[in-house]
Amino acid sequence: MSELIQNLVDGLGRGSIYALLALGIAVIFGVMHLVNFAHGELITVSGYIAYWLFVQGTTWYLIAPIVVITAIVTSALIEQVAFRWVRGAPDFTMLLTSFGVHFVVEALFLMYVSASVRSFDRPTWIADTFSVGSISIEIFDLAVIVVTLVTLGLTALLLQRTMFGLALRAAAEDFDTARLMGVKSDRVIRGAFLLSGLLAGIAAVFWLMRAGQTTPAAGTTPMLKGVLAALIGGLGSLKGAVIGGFALGLAEVLLRSRLPDNIASLTDGVVFVLIALLFIFRPQGLITVRHAERV
Amino acid sequence: MLEIDGLTTRYGSISALRNVSLTVGSGEVVGLIGPNGAGKTTLLGSISGLLKPASGSVRFEGTDVTGRSPDQLLRSGIALVPEHRRIFTDLTVVENLRIGGITVSAAERRDLLDEMVALFPVLKEKWTTSAGYLSGGEAQQLAIARALMSKPRLLMMDEPSLGLAPIMIDVVFDLIVTLREQGRTLLVVEQNATRMLGVSDRAYVLRSGEVAAEGTGADLLGREDLFDTFVGN
Repeated sequence: MSELIQNLVDGLGRGSIYALLALGIAVIFGVMHLVNFAHGELITVSGYIAYWLFVQGTTWYLIAPIVVITAIVTSALIEQVAFRWVRGAPDFTMLLTSFGVHFVVEALFLMYVSASVRSFDRPTWIADTFSVGSISIEIFDLAVIVVTLVTLGLTALLLQRTMFGLALRAAAEDFDTARLMGVKSDRVIRGAFLLSGLLAGIAAVFWLMRAGQTTPAAGTTPMLKGVLAALIGGLGSLKGAVIGGFALGLAEVLLRSRLPDNIASLTDGVVFVLIALLFIFRPQGLITVRHAERV
Repeated sequence: MLEIDGLTTRYGSISALRNVSLTVGSGEVVGLIGPNGAGKTTLLGSISGLLKPASGSVRFEGTDVTGRSPDQLLRSGIALVPEHRRIFTDLTVVENLRIGGITVSAAERRDLLDEMVALFPVLKEKWTTSAGYLSGGEAQQLAIARALMSKPRLLMMDEPSLGLAPIMIDVVFDLIVTLREQGRTLLVVEQNATRMLGVSDRAYVLRSGEVAAEGTGADLLGREDLFDTFVGN
């Protein structure tokens, strides 16, 4: 029992990061129909900034907010430089563009920085735990979960209560009609990238704190997890992306601890099999997007 | 108020509109009728900026607004109630209205919401309901209210009675009369030609992308050569 609770906390901690990444991917898919395979680059760029700051002797208290800002700025920049030019293009063109950005950013770091791993110290408290009965909880997991829940709550408020949020949701459902209502496409798309960057920036802080290193390809794994989580939830559904993120985190942790030792290293493979099964039985993902059938 | 001159709009190599000219005066209700595929929706799309005309001009209140984007045209004072209503089903009724009023100030938005409640009492009952659960008639009223939220000086409607139950069709035409009495300027595309002519000051008959006739409702109803336009209604 206590092992299960332990797993749940671990899984929620891991799932929180996936949820933040997936939500950012879903927000952009909503307004542009773009599956952003360059989303992980926000973590890569942030990672190098974190490394550089660390070398200067900066503490995590300052690194964290700068990482968030870096991700926001990078997200806006990628939109400006790459995605603006393929707006309204066929989905496949945008997909290729996002792959292109992913590889170009990776190549730039390989060419102009280094292929080798850049390491920095994790925060000193990262492995600290506290006990509740027989369960020991990592302060880090708790911090991730609390910060994520607060972030998700504020994002929900933004989407429900502000005109920007309304415009974003309207544009996600029917972009042409939103424009007929006076929604400015530039503003709503830029806003979506800023929001997506903010969410990725918060995820990046925790991802980098735990990893303690970065490489030119550092963004690939978190990007894949985010895209997967968004797919699990049903692309286009913001709620689904969050649920998908938590589901993916929990599935990974539960499988890793339950699978026999000799195949525990195949956790990722088993997760993919489960996702394939999910799509056989629910091709639309966990959450059905009602307006998906629109003409 | 609205002057359209020699407008041609193409889909690829096909001209959906050919050299269409028409005018709408301030405070007028102008009907736009004609068979399916005559180019009525294309015309409204070209005026509202969803489609780019190949040639010709759209002037609104003396300013050339040809080729402006939909959000710029809305800010210029032209609103469209699109075909099939296109309300946001993921948003609640009040959220749909607030989006309609995105271009006005928050204070004005509040006043306009009150105005819409007075004009469309049925919406108040469904205020925080997801708009996806509205009936066809309710959804059409929401679509019209949403367009009015931008305080347009010209309101265009595309097939407002399409797919509605007979009793709701009455509601829509009564509403057009109410809006007319309020002194609003309307350009309305309708399949239901005879009824539309009954509430219009003037109307244009569109056929195969061209203006086939123009005149007052009584004039047009008496024209035998336009009989095919009215058949089926």
